[in-house]
Amino acid sequence: MQVPAPFEYERATTVDHAIGLLERLGSSARLVAGGHSLLPMMKLRLANFEYLIDINPLHEELGYIRFTGDEVRVGALTRHRELLESDELAAVFPIFRDAERVIADPVVRNRGTLGGSLCQADPSEDLSAVCTTLGASCVIRGPGGAERVVGMEEFHVGPYETAVGDDEMLIEVRVPVRPAGGSAYEKVERRAGDWAVVSAGAAVWLAGDGTVADARVGLAAVGPNTTGIPEISAALRGNAPAEELYDQAGAIAARSCDPVTDQRGSADYKRHLAHELTRRTLRKAVERARSGH
Amino acid sequence: MQVTMTVNDVEVTREIEGRLLLVHFLRDHLGLTGTHWGCDTSNCGTCVVWLDGEPVKSCTVLAAMAGGHEVRTVEGLAKGAELDPIQEGFRQCHGLQCGFCTPGMMMTCRALLDKNPDPTDAEIREAISGQICRCTGYSTIIRSVRWASVHEAAAKQEEVAQA
Repeated sequence: MQVPAPFEYERATTVDHAIGLLERLGSSARLVAGGHSLLPMMKLRLANFEYLIDINPLHEELGYIRFTGDEVRVGALTRHRELLESDELAAVFPIFRDAERVIADPVVRNRGTLGGSLCQADPSEDLSAVCTTLGASCVIRGPGGAERVVGMEEFHVGPYETAVGDDEMLIEVRVPVRPAGGSAYEKVERRAGDWAVVSAGAAVWLAGDGTVADARVGLAAVGPNTTGIPEISAALRGNAPAEELYDQAGAIAARSCDPVTDQRGSADYKRHLAHELTRRTLRKAVERARSGH
Repeated sequence: MQVTMTVNDVEVTREIEGRLLLVHFLRDHLGLTGTHWGCDTSNCGTCVVWLDGEPVKSCTVLAAMAGGHEVRTVEGLAKGAELDPIQEGFRQCHGLQCGFCTPGMMMTCRALLDKNPDPTDAEIREAISGQICRCTGYSTIIRSVRWASVHEAAAKQEEVAQA
């Protein structure tokens, strides 16, 4: 039987209550939302905490998808299922629905949250790649209601490590909405519900003349961290979308990533996937940008 | 710590450790052994129960998290001696052989039919994609859910006709 080591269970009633508990308990405490990453790690004793602070009661406060016109704001406790089922979100950023369809399985998606996924900061985690692709920023709240907003590059410090301090909490993810955009996500996995062998996300914004005004690609499971690839954006900007261009971007993705050979595949195979999935997602993102999605 | 929750419409209160998982609470503290305990890693899905009406993997939910909430297990599917159409479907269409995955399968499939009374085979497969059956090859499970769907629709029509 796998059970976590003993800990004290606390239940947060508001965001500031949760932060107050963190402030008092420091690094001996950890927030738990869906728990589908944290509890398995605690069962294996890869993670041990004296206190777990259950923030599921904050779902009413932090479970939302709001559209402000120039931004989509998603509460950190929004569950995978809610991201998958939101037609409004899929209309603006279809990449979320593409990714959510292949994240874990439907039952796990009833529990797992956006904030939990980002804070787990697993290099194979899909929503981190989605948020990186979209140039999202993270709102981190600390003691006294102090808030700071950091981009994904700054948010991800390293594998399983984020910019969120011991007495802080990720409360919201903000995704900028820009005109004439399209986005897509593709994942190769061995079986339903598995981690990615490799995943790629692409977002493209077109100029009035049909050329690429801006583009971003984010990869998962091909290195210690999920980061964007600025060289791809530079290669795409100002050019007319075409197969050769997607291929060039794919080649940059393949040589920019740092996969390791493991039971999911060889490093060479993963580089091949990074290349191919970058091409496919760029192609789809452009199609969607052209058709108004 | 003390936890109080509603399980199959009955309020229960127990003294538990914070680290106790919901699956063990149900089985060991309440004696509800219909919920099975399988892989322990939220992969196999035999431990699926409902938490406030949504299927969850109870090996990866703390019992404490369910405090103040409503849990439904496979024991709460039948109405007295009358089987739920999902249970009857599994019986009619050989939706099980060894039965280990069955409680979790039925809880997920019941929730599917509540949301989507006439699912396609692909939708049924998607719904149970986080659950493992090593006996049936899934085909008879799909057939069982279709059986329940068809019979529920027929029963509803009959109700309407009689009204």
